Amino acid sequence: MIKDDSIIKITKLNKWYGKFHALKDIDLSVGTTEKIVICGPSGSGKSTLIRCINRLEVHQEGSIKVDGIELSDDIKQITEIRSDVGMVFQHFNLFPHLTVLENCSLAPIWVRKKSKVEAEQMAMELLEKVRIPDQVNKYPGQLSGGQQQRVAIARALCMQPRIMLFDEPTSALDPEMIKEVLETMIELADSGMTMIVVTHEMGFANRVADRIIFMDEGQIVEQNDPDSFFNKPQSDRTKLFLSQILDH
Amino acid sequence: MSLNSNKFERIPDRLPPINSIGWVAWVKQNLFGSVSNTLITLLFFYLIFLYIPPFLDWAVFNANISGTDRSVCDDNKSGACWTFVKVRIEQLLFGLYFTLNPDQTWRPILAFIVFACLLIPLVIERTPHKKWLLLTLIILYPVFFVSVVGGGVFGIPESDASQWGGLLLTFALAFVGIVLALPLGILLALGRRSKMPIVRSFSIIYIEFWRGTPLITILFMASVMLPLFFPSGVEFDKVVRAMIGITLFQSAYTAEAVRGGLQAIDKGQTEASMALGMGYWQQTIFIILPQALRISIPSIVNTFIALFKDTSLVSIIGLLDLLKIAQNSSRSLDWNGYDIEAYMFAGLVFWMFCFGMSMYSQKLERKLDTDRNTE
Ligand SMILES: Nc1ncnc2c1ncn2[C@@H]1O[C@H](COP(=O)(O)OP(=O)(O)OP(=O)(O)O)[C@@H](O)[C@H]1O
Ligand SMILES: [Mg+2]
Repeated sequence: MIKDDSIIKITKLNKWYGKFHALKDIDLSVGTTEKIVICGPSGSGKSTLIRCINRLEVHQEGSIKVDGIELSDDIKQITEIRSDVGMVFQHFNLFPHLTVLENCSLAPIWVRKKSKVEAEQMAMELLEKVRIPDQVNKYPGQLSGGQQQRVAIARALCMQPRIMLFDEPTSALDPEMIKEVLETMIELADSGMTMIVVTHEMGFANRVADRIIFMDEGQIVEQNDPDSFFNKPQSDRTKLFLSQILDH
Repeated sequence: MSLNSNKFERIPDRLPPINSIGWVAWVKQNLFGSVSNTLITLLFFYLIFLYIPPFLDWAVFNANISGTDRSVCDDNKSGACWTFVKVRIEQLLFGLYFTLNPDQTWRPILAFIVFACLLIPLVIERTPHKKWLLLTLIILYPVFFVSVVGGGVFGIPESDASQWGGLLLTFALAFVGIVLALPLGILLALGRRSKMPIVRSFSIIYIEFWRGTPLITILFMASVMLPLFFPSGVEFDKVVRAMIGITLFQSAYTAEAVRGGLQAIDKGQTEASMALGMGYWQQTIFIILPQALRISIPSIVNTFIALFKDTSLVSIIGLLDLLKIAQNSSRSLDWNGYDIEAYMFAGLVFWMFCFGMSMYSQKLERKLDTDRNTE
């Protein structure tokens, strides 16, 4: 299933928080347009792993290559990778002092050096795609959680990233809003974006994922296509985890 | 009639009982609500009755304001001698130079008027282009102030800064202290949170050093020691020395106020801007500072209020600020014995400035609260 033209290549990745070994010997390749869902119990290192990919966390051993560029301390390369990798957070992290439109156009203007007109035009297009076009002059605080998360997705897309990372994008949302955000993500997946999604929404995983990765205690326990993952889980831990989250 | 009757009958709205609304109810509830409350209220009214009428008699009804010398006041000792303040007003407001050159007093007056014209729109909420106004006030206004008040350009006669005094000097010291300390304080606050150990240590040492040293000591040092640090040819004006001392001191306090705001910003804001590829300065300027400064404005203004009052300490290095001139005048032969009036006038002027700043910061605080509630 792993394609040759991998856009992310992680080898022997190890990461510690102080003395705590948070990621252990992670090997992972992600192909262009591939959709990966990561799941696992709390504290298993899912967030840490995807945050290493855009260097929000610094790893100590192993290598991460994004688009052929190896992550190092080189600020220029980090900036380059970050503007190619969009990220959506659990708590949205919109900028509360800026309007929706400004949230979306700020980075394209200052990082991508686009003109204001161009940046705002693209922001409008993407906000329309996530169905927020008539709220562009509101502040984030005036929107519902689901709307805020869709703005956050549009904000990331405005940088025209080649990869999108999602860290539990729906777990801070009320049930009725989860659906609208998942729909937006499904549309994005169908448009061919490369995505790595940490989520416990197994319906979404089943519908969208090319590969599901199960993590526990900082390791990748198993990975498989959705069908095999759900129906023929290999390890006991996966079975236990699945039985717990599919129960309710 | 059963309890479960399906008929819903709407009860019409009624006004609340008359004794629960209106000022009578308010007085009853808030001033005489309990025994202790009643006692406090009565005591309070008694004290007002005891002190306020005699004070008003002295300060207003029996006060002297006519005439040009002390004879009027000496004849009527039962009232305040505002004649003194009236006669000495130029000295109190502008200091020696402009008193000796009365045809030049338009210069500080113009400087104050322009300041008010720039400041008032800034305080009003709906003014457009506030950023530009603020920049004008911070960058262009000092240039304007120095050219008009200091002179030596455009054919305006030069006025020696060491002969500035009174409110003019107090204002100049506080303005420079505030305007220079704000950017310095922001940089220090950022430095204190920096990941670079040298920058961080420098900021911490700087802030803690100046915060731990009394302003008087700093003014002495600025007055005596500053010249030692510069080649002997460089002559520093006393006023400039005081300004440097005050700025160094004030920036440490401003830094701590700003740091309070920085700490209140969620880590997610930095992470989101990093994830978008923004560099340190872009994050700081566009995302972090606008939010942090908004939060810390009330405490920054508090440090400004403290500074405004502290400027009166410059009298110990021989500068004649408002308070010192008031004191000196009341000790001159002409007005010997009228120090209460002098101090009251100085106190009132200080109070007006500080109260203005305080009102502004309270207004901002309320606005921040409502903003937060809509978020
Ligand atoms: N900044 C940090 N400092 C120290 N330990 C950390 C830090 N961040 C995470 N950890 C620890 O690393 C481990 C992995 O954390 P991580 O956030 O990656 O888990 P997760 O799988 O995303 O869990 P969750 O489902 O709760 O989000 C946890 O045990 C956590 O306590
Ligand atoms: Mg997590």
